[in-house]
Amino acid sequence: MSLKRNILDLRKRKEKVLQGGGEKAIQKQVAMGKLTARERVTSILDEDSFHEYDMFVEHEARDFGMEKKELHGDGVIIGTGTIYGEPVCIFAQDFTVAGGSLGLMHARKITKIMDHALKMRVPLIGINDSGGARIQEGVNSLAGYGEIFFRNTLASGVIPQLSVILGPCAGGAVYSPALTDFVFVVENISKMFITGPEVIKTVLGEEISMEELGGAKVHSEITGNAHFYALSEYECFEQIKKLLTFIPWHNAKKAKAFPPKPPRPEYKIEEIVPSDPTQPYDIRNVIKAIVDDSDFFESMENFARNIVIGFGRMNGETVGFVANQPLVLAGVLDCDSSDKAARFIRYCDSFNIPIVTLEDMPGYLPGVDQEHMGVIRHGAKILYAYSEATVPKITVIVRKAYGGGYIAMNSRHMKADFMFAWPNAEIAVMGPDGAANIIFRKEILAAADPEAMRKEKVAEYREKFANPYVAAAKGYIDTVIEPQETRNMLLHSIEVSSNKVDGRPAKKHGIPPF
Amino acid sequence: MGNFKKFNVDGTVYRTELTKKFENRKPWVRPNPKHINSFIPGTIVEILVKEGQEVKEGESLMILEAMKMKNQIKMPFDGKIAKIYVAEGEKVPNRLLMVEIE
Repeated sequence: MSLKRNILDLRKRKEKVLQGGGEKAIQKQVAMGKLTARERVTSILDEDSFHEYDMFVEHEARDFGMEKKELHGDGVIIGTGTIYGEPVCIFAQDFTVAGGSLGLMHARKITKIMDHALKMRVPLIGINDSGGARIQEGVNSLAGYGEIFFRNTLASGVIPQLSVILGPCAGGAVYSPALTDFVFVVENISKMFITGPEVIKTVLGEEISMEELGGAKVHSEITGNAHFYALSEYECFEQIKKLLTFIPWHNAKKAKAFPPKPPRPEYKIEEIVPSDPTQPYDIRNVIKAIVDDSDFFESMENFARNIVIGFGRMNGETVGFVANQPLVLAGVLDCDSSDKAARFIRYCDSFNIPIVTLEDMPGYLPGVDQEHMGVIRHGAKILYAYSEATVPKITVIVRKAYGGGYIAMNSRHMKADFMFAWPNAEIAVMGPDGAANIIFRKEILAAADPEAMRKEKVAEYREKFANPYVAAAKGYIDTVIEPQETRNMLLHSIEVSSNKVDGRPAKKHGIPPF
Repeated sequence: MGNFKKFNVDGTVYRTELTKKFENRKPWVRPNPKHINSFIPGTIVEILVKEGQEVKEGESLMILEAMKMKNQIKMPFDGKIAKIYVAEGEKVPNRLLMVEIE
């Protein structure tokens, strides 16, 4: 064969693989409102940057007549490409080929690109669209999942791992996304669950649809398994690309810096926070009044909304924000919000992103359900994550800091590098109402007009303790600042922390209250 | 923004939105030791006692099959069966009242 004929043969072979599961299967995929695996990869990556590997891999199934079937690429596409010019590794399960089912070679392709990503220290993007284990391949497909989970764990905290759920992701398969840093879901398309509606119906007699059981909304609002929710695949791809602008390529690097921009003038920091500590406002407006171009990229927007997490830039450098949200449940800490914040703090610490904490919280959510769900263990995760973190950590108390929440929200005692408070801050063991009721119980009961006495004592307590100066007198707060000084103080403290060296005792690893 | 409710934390009443999860939380109820509830969803494959029967602690009341496992439901203390709320072959959800002891 001449080289020319060899080349023609190669092209023919490639063309065949590029057809995926064939015309019919692709039509079905499109009818479900889904893009094909290849369209997804090329839409996420820079134009013409995708290079595919393992196109000619053949599947391993030798039983149940499977040996006669040809499964192009064994139902998964792997390769490398660039996003905004920077290299990434990517895999995309192809639902048109045997339902994207995972067999031995399918898994080997994924682990190959995972090994590559870890070795090359580049982010890994995984697009999940699979019916699950290829049953005909038996334990080999289970082995495949196990190898993927192991690598997810190895890569955790070294390279960013992004999971994009663009179809079903059921049974054991869900654990790979769960082990990764960020999970993206799309309305009507993403479905994640351990046991599907069919099994639930036969075993338990409970009827539920896939969407209600594990759709995009469920995972972004109720379970907290998903970080980013989109209405379409294209919106999801934009979110992926935007996230990648905020995070470094690996754990020994800093995120890329952008040209500094001031916050937009419509966010007036002195007009956002009501002075009455019982009145709500949206803490995200305070963040927007601080960050470059008022561009705040929120993660887990719809889960545990009583805490806000996400990325912004300050003078062009990425900063992670953790902020109590007085708009929802008065900004209390509870099981879900503790989980949400703790994981984000650890993410920032792993990837050299300074953490700014904005505090305005009344305490922990009271209730039997919270106690019985283990708010002690969950709440401890925040303490653990903040104490463990050695990236620059700065706290601004914008209004209330009561009780255990004061300690938890990156206090001086968790080794915050800088502690600032606004002049209206109330730093105390509890709110004046509760505190006065306890301290002055006898006086209030004995008074001729208990209600008037109670009010008087509340005012007295507020005057004496509900301010930032008691804490400042002990050095727990470094300085009390005017709200409009906040951005400059943060910029300055991040700048002076840029060569921060802060050690922790050498150990294999700690034992966080998982 | 908008749907603000009153919300008490440590004696202070805040104006704030509530979450669906918070509003849908189940109020705690003290468990009644005389009620035997299912501990797992499954199927009642056999009932071994009758209403009005005296039963000793540890004796089997019924078999609840779940996840291919036949679980014996045992009498928690000596007593008399007041009422049986399930029948053989019935599929039961979790935490369903199955037997009441007098």
